Amino acid sequence: MLTKKFDPLKGKILEVLNHEGKIVNEKLEPKIDDDKLLKMYKSMLLGRIADTKALQFQRQGRMLTYAPIKGQEATQVGSMAALSETDWMVPAFREMAGMLYKGASLKKLFLYWYGNEEGNNLDKSLKILPISVPIASQLNHASGIAYARKLLKKEEVVAGFVGDGGTSQGEFHEALNFSAVFDLPTIFIIQNNQWAISTPRSSQTKAETLAHKAIGYGMPGIQVDGNDPLAMYIATEEAKKRALKGDGPTLIEALTYRLGPHTTSDDPTIYREDKEVSYWEERDPLKRFKIYLENKDLWDDKKEEKQRKEYTDFVTKTFKEIEKDKFVDLEEVFNYTYAEMPKDLKDQLDDYKSYLKEVK
Amino acid sequence: MPLKTILSAINSTLDQQMEKDDTVISLGEDAGFEGGVFRATKGLQQKYGKERSIDTPLAESAIIGGALGMAVGGLKPVAEIQFSGFVLPGFNQIVAHVARFRNRTRGTYTLPMVIRMPYGGGIRALEHHSESLESIFGHIPGLKVVIPSTPYDAKGLLTAAIKDPDPVMYFEPKRIYRAFKQEVPDEEYSVPIGKAKVLKKGTDITVVAWGSLVRETVKAMELLKDEGISVELIDLRTIKPFDKETIEKSVKKTGRFLVVHEAYKTFGPGAELISTVNVKAFLYLEAPPTRLTGHDITIPLPKGEHHFIISPERIAKKIKDVVKF
Repeated sequence: MLTKKFDPLKGKILEVLNHEGKIVNEKLEPKIDDDKLLKMYKSMLLGRIADTKALQFQRQGRMLTYAPIKGQEATQVGSMAALSETDWMVPAFREMAGMLYKGASLKKLFLYWYGNEEGNNLDKSLKILPISVPIASQLNHASGIAYARKLLKKEEVVAGFVGDGGTSQGEFHEALNFSAVFDLPTIFIIQNNQWAISTPRSSQTKAETLAHKAIGYGMPGIQVDGNDPLAMYIATEEAKKRALKGDGPTLIEALTYRLGPHTTSDDPTIYREDKEVSYWEERDPLKRFKIYLENKDLWDDKKEEKQRKEYTDFVTKTFKEIEKDKFVDLEEVFNYTYAEMPKDLKDQLDDYKSYLKEVK
Repeated sequence: MPLKTILSAINSTLDQQMEKDDTVISLGEDAGFEGGVFRATKGLQQKYGKERSIDTPLAESAIIGGALGMAVGGLKPVAEIQFSGFVLPGFNQIVAHVARFRNRTRGTYTLPMVIRMPYGGGIRALEHHSESLESIFGHIPGLKVVIPSTPYDAKGLLTAAIKDPDPVMYFEPKRIYRAFKQEVPDEEYSVPIGKAKVLKKGTDITVVAWGSLVRETVKAMELLKDEGISVELIDLRTIKPFDKETIEKSVKKTGRFLVVHEAYKTFGPGAELISTVNVKAFLYLEAPPTRLTGHDITIPLPKGEHHFIISPERIAKKIKDVVKF
């Protein structure tokens, strides 16, 4: 049991692939087939390029407020790769790479940040819940889905994401407790990126690690190098096994770092040092995973260059497509309030329409 | 007199009150070191220390419930909620406790506390960053709800809120945080809670607005300047308890009434104001008292927000409709 071996109470952190791209724990290296390894890397790379471009578009005034994922790709992709298509993902708002891995289209993800609700209208078969902005509230939804799928005898698990700041919210406690009480097949993944806007992890909680918090709920917790996709993979894989055995939820604290701002409205230079950022840049999840794949003869600079170009073109093309639809139609903003539009709401829509007609 | 924006007036008022009274403290997420995401509390931690300008853990219920405890414990907390859309985890504390403490203890425990939060749409923001929730809090006995629309009132109302013996919800129109400057006296002054302000006298129609919509109504009046309509514009300033007398007096003169708010229509403040107009000035009315409000739909994300936001053109049209009734 990884959660026993890497007991957070003993200060242990699960690592497999270190920041130089070396396997530090051969016994734990997962046997992932080549196609899947490549899919993982490519999702991380697409996530990174989409992220970089999104920031550019935002600075050009073409994209609205955007919450960057840079630096957190391995946490998201490593965990999602350990799950099946039938499993669920309950994101917060900084999980773009994981969502891409699970099959969300970049167009939809961009549409959301472009300010269009259609971006949250993901294909139901993907089993990805919409982006959730109210911090930690989504974790209760994860528990609820887990309860339903268990009752309906489905062999499925639910991965709920939250940030380090989110662990201070009451709903974090409530969701973990609820899942634990009912032995639900839930996996709680904390993307501990060290900063909740300007508040450092050290000011967020006195707990030595966030994984410690699991103990109080009666579930195992583990601290994982979140920039190591292989460590994230095996931690999530074990949590899934446990969940499907009926042994209940697991808390995974992924140690990672937000290399970018909280959102494009944020200026992190106010509250953190450059040297801290460069420390984490050296621990870039893509860098180490690329070396790993190169050592397996699955990847090289030429492939990298080709893939980067392909993705850059794809991201640019996708964004241009979105820009064609400048605005959301009037009916769209009314139509989804209820299954059937109540008379009074229909009147409001009609009134507004006749106003538009008159002023034309 | 120094020129200030609404935002800088809030900042300097907090500074002034914290300087004058050691029991006044500020707390919120990112509200200490960084001075808040809008910088409304900028410099307070550097001046008054971490104990009086607190960076809290990320938990609105802890901020509001904690502020209640601080008020009981002898402080005058000014809590910042980052955006009004995020106040909801603290809703239980506000409705179940903050609003009731005086009544529950028959006046033994009172809560001199302020809950500040930026509110309103029109800034092309993400979900939960554009709400206008004044109706919800206005509905709750025991709460006062104020909304300034100018830097002068931002200072006066915040001073009054901090000095008030009861909890005050202080909504900040973030859309016009930095939109314009106004002369704001350095010395301490209060704008009384519960008093509206007649911004412009007129004879044909009374228009009531608050927050950023006051400015939009002024723009609407510009659009109407050649129409020969004399508008009396009232900035309500306090949503609860609101100034019935000023509204009554005005409607008795103009005979027509329009209230404009971005909060959702149904059970919104407009309904309450219209009810007052009907009761107090029924026989003076020459047209049905009317409201122009946010539609009863979740406020859309930016690419659909224009369908929701109330433009000066819409206000102008509505004024004409009421006057021509």
